[in-house]
Formats: sequence, structure tokens, C-alpha cells
Amino acid sequence: MIVEVGAFALILSLILSVLQTGASTLARVRRAPVLAAVGEGAAIAAFFTLAVSFATLIYAFVVSDFSVANVATNSHSAKPLLYRVGGAWGSHEGSMLMWCLALTGFGALLAGYGRGLTAGLKAVAVATQGALGIAFLAYTVFASNPFWRLTDPPVEGRSLNPLLQDPALILHPPFLYVGYVGLSVVFSLAIAALVEGRADAAWARWVRPWTLAAWSALTVGITLGAFWAYYELGWGGWWFWDPVENASFMPWLIATALLHSAVVTERRGALPGWTIFLALGGYTFSMLGAFLVRSGVLTSVHAFAVDPTRGVLLLTILGVTAGLGFALFAWRAPAMARGGMFAPISRESALVLNNILLAAATATVLLGTLYPLIREAMAGEAISVGPPYFNLTFTPLMFILLLLLPAGPLLAWKRADAGAALQRLWVAALLAAMAAVATLALAEPRSLFGAAGLALGVWLIIGSATEVAERIRLFRAPRGEVLRRLGGLPRGTWGMTLAHAGLGVFVLGAVFETTWKAETAEVLAIGQRLEVAGYVVALENVAPVQGPNYEAEQATLRAFAPDGTLACMARPERRLYSAGGQTTSEVAICTRGLSHLYVVLGERRSGADGQPVWLVTGYWNPWALLIFLGPGLMALGGVVSLSDRRLRLAVGRRAAQAQPAGPEPAPKPLGEPA
Amino acid sequence: MTALGRWLVVACAVLCLGAASDPGERLADPAQEARARALFKEVRCLVCQNESIDASNAELAQDLRAIVRQEVAQGRSDVEVRRFLTDRYGEYVLLKPRFSWANAALWLFPLVVVLAGAGLLIGRWRTPEAESDLTGAETDALARLADDPGTDRGSAS
Repeated sequence: MIVEVGAFALILSLILSVLQTGASTLARVRRAPVLAAVGEGAAIAAFFTLAVSFATLIYAFVVSDFSVANVATNSHSAKPLLYRVGGAWGSHEGSMLMWCLALTGFGALLAGYGRGLTAGLKAVAVATQGALGIAFLAYTVFASNPFWRLTDPPVEGRSLNPLLQDPALILHPPFLYVGYVGLSVVFSLAIAALVEGRADAAWARWVRPWTLAAWSALTVGITLGAFWAYYELGWGGWWFWDPVENASFMPWLIATALLHSAVVTERRGALPGWTIFLALGGYTFSMLGAFLVRSGVLTSVHAFAVDPTRGVLLLTILGVTAGLGFALFAWRAPAMARGGMFAPISRESALVLNNILLAAATATVLLGTLYPLIREAMAGEAISVGPPYFNLTFTPLMFILLLLLPAGPLLAWKRADAGAALQRLWVAALLAAMAAVATLALAEPRSLFGAAGLALGVWLIIGSATEVAERIRLFRAPRGEVLRRLGGLPRGTWGMTLAHAGLGVFVLGAVFETTWKAETAEVLAIGQRLEVAGYVVALENVAPVQGPNYEAEQATLRAFAPDGTLACMARPERRLYSAGGQTTSEVAICTRGLSHLYVVLGERRSGADGQPVWLVTGYWNPWALLIFLGPGLMALGGVVSLSDRRLRLAVGRRAAQAQPAGPEPAPKPLGEPA
Repeated sequence: MTALGRWLVVACAVLCLGAASDPGERLADPAQEARARALFKEVRCLVCQNESIDASNAELAQDLRAIVRQEVAQGRSDVEVRRFLTDRYGEYVLLKPRFSWANAALWLFPLVVVLAGAGLLIGRWRTPEAESDLTGAETDALARLADDPGTDRGSAS
């Protein structure tokens, strides 16, 4: 019965979304505030009904109601509570419901908090958000309904893939979906700007907080996914340039570009067309990701819930939504104002350069992901595009971008002095050069890539700090003045500095780990040892362990540091999940400073004398912690920036001030008599 | 097979671990072994979803590793090993697409985007400022926004 309430609430949410779109559209056409209020009310109601619907699905998973097809396929009564709850969004149907929840949730936020937007802009945005909701809700209701019952319920469920039974992977999808779908608000605002013929500074101020929120959530989601791959797949890889990873990375790249171009539009009124283009692109890439991950057109290590027939429907939604959006763009954007001028050396140019490189990086990832399909379709030849391609194309683009990055924030708007900016960076340059020399001298084996990467990381971190030091006049003004300035720095500045420095931290970790990772695999009997990067790992014993829904062999290994002291006790496991008959590996990670000693227990074999032996692999992943810490800092930067007073409070009031009831600017809004 | 089922086959392929570095498979010469390992990362495990033979423990990956190691041990160059593999399995086996006319778009596209972007930027520097179509009141309001001391974001002062 409760499940039927959920199904009913889902349908009701669809109907409310139709009402939302209809009322808000009419409100815009007739300029009727009452209808606008109806549309906003419907948006909020659509979210609450869908929240009820989602709660009932979680309930069905928690009580293991196997008469619901989705629960029977994806859950098991012996699973721990956390993973039964997480199972609600572990399947195709459940994940689409979560997508819809995020869509309506953002619609409700837009309706509830969008008070500062002009009436026309807001009505169109709410209507568009409703339309996006209709597409995915209708898809969920008719093609992917998680509430379908089975006429002949099984006694036990088929369980969630044990690899997915992991805390990071329970949190990964919610963050990712908030990020993907957060970009839908930006899409709706872009449509509204096109319809109203207005994309000025006030509009850009509206775009930024939504983009920041989505970007921060995406950053956390992608990092959680990478972290999960790192410790769960059992060989320490964290990024594979896999189509599914690329699918989440492309919206992130676009959102990053949008954050920067929106600053130009907000501060200087320039590039409105490009900012709108990116705003449309962000959600388009989100939908492309949803399609790629679920349709099975591309082979991937972690494509899940693949279903080609539904893939066609998702492709249709993608094509229609993006097609209409970009058609509107092609029609309306050319008439929009271009905004202020700027000199070749200026903050604007730096941000445009950032956007060019990010756009090229996105294009590279997109083409690399889709090229096998394109060649297959055109020439019937199968080729592969794997990590070596992306390392050769994406990495150089990023290298150039990151090399230029510290100079950007030091340049003035409109016209800047490049020499002065570079002069300020001499400390960063010196430290980076020293890091490179030290690396070449000390690190074994010698690596030019490693030295360059390390210098780049230092350059980014110190370069970002330089900007703050400049603004507080560190070492140049009296202490009191410096502290006063430090306290007066807006959170937006802190956010930017954290994000840029976080990128540097990531670069340090990624380069160090990639370049100086060490690996040793040995077949060990009890009492034998292996050596990796100076660490000695001795196998003490292997004992059976009984988990809630698995049986495991747990090894106990004693790890000694290069100086002979005990580093840690490592207890990797090899688990057998009886429900599905799968084997998984739980690695043991000893954190040593910023580095990881990573121990994996492999299969049991029989040794020469009939005694059991185990394949044990030890990895030394130097500075691996920074790979995940860096993006963490970046996301924190996003959140700090989001908490900036100017974005939180002032947006509404000032935006309203900036748009007094004067004559509408050209081009005329749609539907307005000339 | 259900979608999840397919996932699981892959997962198992990923999880049967430590294969590429298995002491039983290794070459005696460390230099040759290192070269073989580098080559593994460029070779696709054909039956897997999207993995190199370095990461996979599928039976085919094991066979391919044996072939590559054998070729390396016989003193073949990287180019010769790659050709040997593509002759047998087609271009699909290489994770790094060849530089060829058919792949020209793939390799050159990033450069084209950068050049196009740079061209647009230079074009923008050269065209004179368009006339503002804001009303006087709007321009004033925007100026107020920009002059707000709280909104001064890092213009180098």
C-alpha cells in the first residue's frame, strides 16, 4: 500500500510539473502575477510529492518488500541497513527517481528563493525547469518506474552488486546528481535570458551561485568516485579515462568554464552570449552523461543499469531539450549586446583564455569518448581510444592552463600590466624552480615529467597565495593594516584561492603518485615477506571471517618501515558474497604521511609442498592522499565562495535595483508587441 | 544477461587481482619486464569492457600478456610488437589510436578548437566597442553595482 502511495505521488509530481510549466508560461505571456504564484506553488508542491515518492522507495528497500520488482532485483534481506537504503538509488529506476528529485528540488529552490529575479525572467526560468522535470518524470513514470510490482514475488532478492556496497558509493550518486541537475537551473536561467533578451550583470550574478553549488557537488561526487575506485578495485588506479568517468567530467569542465565566464559577464557585462552558451552546455553534458552511462552504446568498466531501449528514450530527451535550447540560442543570441571592451592583456583576456583551454579540453574528452562510435558508424572500423590518447592531448592543454593560472587573478580588468603581474610572481617562480631542481636531484628514478609536474604544483599553490598576499599588502604595510585587510577579504576571494591552491595540491599528488608509484607482487606462504619501496611486508596468518552477507579470508600482515620500525598491521580481505557468488577484495591501506602503503590479498594457491600460499601485492603510492585532498579543497573553496554575503543576500536586492522599470532593452522580449 | 549481470562479469575481471605483476608471468630481465609492462597499458583486453591487459585478469588478457612478453623477450621493438598485435586483432586492440588519416580529426581537433578560440579572441580585440543599449538609469545602477566596495574582487590594487 505504501508503495502505491509512492507511485501515486510520482504521477502527481508529473502532473504538478505540467501545471508549473503551463501556469508559469501563461504568467509570462499575460504578465499575470497570480499565475506566476500558481506556477511557483506547483514547483514547490512537485518537489514535496516527489520527496514522498522517494521516501516510500527507500522504505520498500528498508523493509525488503520483494513484491516490488526493483527491490527484488537490487536488494537482499541480509544486506546491512545502510546498503539497503543506498540500494534505492543503486539501480537504473532508482537513480532516475533521484535525478527527478534533484530536478524538482532545484525547481522548488528557484521558485522559493528567486525573489530578486525580475518577474519575466523568473516565470520563464520556472516554466523551463518544469519542462525539464516533465521530460524526466514522464520517462520515469512510463519507462522506468521503480514502483512496478511483481505478480509472483520471490522470497529473496538478488542483491546489490557487492562492489557497490561501500559508504563512498552510497554518497557518490547523491552528490553527482545534485551536481548534474544543479546545472539544470543554469540551463533554465539561460533560456529565460534568451527569451527576455537580457543577459546583463544582474543575470550573471544569478547564474554564479547555482553554478558554484552544482560545481562543488560535482567535484565532491567525482572525487568520491575516484576514491572508491582507488581502494575498491584493488590496484590503486583512480582515474581510467573511462567513458563513464568522462561523462561526469565533461559537465564539470563546462561548469568550471562557466564559473569563470560568468565573472566576466557579471563584472564587465562582456561575453553574455558565450556565458549563455556554456550555461546551456552544462546541463546538455549532464544529460549526455545520463544517456552514455545507461544506454550501453559505449563499453565501460562501470556502466551500470544498461538498457538500449531506454537509451533511445534518453537520447530523445537529450536531443529535444538541447536542440530547442541551442536553436533558441542561435535565434536570439546574435542580437544581444556584446558588452565592454578589453585590451589583449587584461583580466578579461585571461578568463577568456581559461575558457578557450577548458573548451578545448572538453572537446578533447568528448571526441575521445565518442570517436570509436563515429568511426564505427562512418567506416565500420572498430578502434579504441584509451588513456594514452587523453594523456597526450588533455594533459598538455591543462599544463598550459595551469601554467598561466596564477597570473590571471593578478591582472586588472580592462587593461593590465603583464610585467607587473609577473614581477609579483617571482617568489612562486623561484620556489617552483627550486622544487624542480630538488626533484631532479633527489627523486629516483629521475623523471622530467615528475619534476615539471611538481614545479607546476608549487607554482599553483604559491601563486594563489601570492594574490592574497598582494591584496593584504603582506610585508609592505604595517601589521595592523595587514590584519585589517585580511579580515576584510571577501569570502569569494578565499574561495577562489582555496580552489586554485587545491588544484595545485591535486597536481602534486597526481604527478607524484603516477611517476613514483612502486609495485611488488609475490606468492607468499605464512611467515614469508615481500619488499616494496623499502617497506617490508610479512604475512603472519590468514583466517576466515564471517561478515553480515559475505564470508572472507582475512590476512594479517606486519609492515615495517624502511628504518625497521613497525609501520602498521595490514588486514586485507578477500570476500565471497554468497547471494550473487561474487568475489571482491578489500585492500588494506596504511597511511604514512601523505603516502599510502596499499596491500592486496589475492587468490589462494597451493605451494610446492602442498601448503597454501597467497598472491600478495604491495603498492607504494607516494602522496596519494593529495589526489583526494586537492579536490576536497577545491569543493571547499566553492562552498566558501557560495557563502559570500554578496551571493547570499545581496543578489536579490541589488539585482532588483539594477533593473528599474525602464524601457526594455533591445532585442524585445518574445511575445512583446514591438 | 541483465545489465547488472554484465557489470558483475566485468567487476570480476577487475577483481581477480595482481595479474599483470604475477611472479609466475614475469620476465627474468627487469628492463624487458618494464618495457612489457609499459606496452600492456596500451593494449586493450578485447573481451573486457574497457580495460588494458595490464589491469585485467581475463584469460584473454593473460594470453595477450604472454604474447607481448614473448615478443619483448625475443628482442622485438615496441613498434614491431604493436604491428604484430594489430595484424592479428585489428586496430581495436590499441588503446592509443594510430596517427593516421582516419584518426586525423581525433588528434587534431583539440588544436583546432584552441586556434578557433584564439582567432575569435583576437577578432574581439580588434573590433571597436558596440554602443551600449542600456538606458541611463540602468547604466547608473550597474555602475553602482560595480563601485560597491564589497564587490571588489581582486582587481590588482
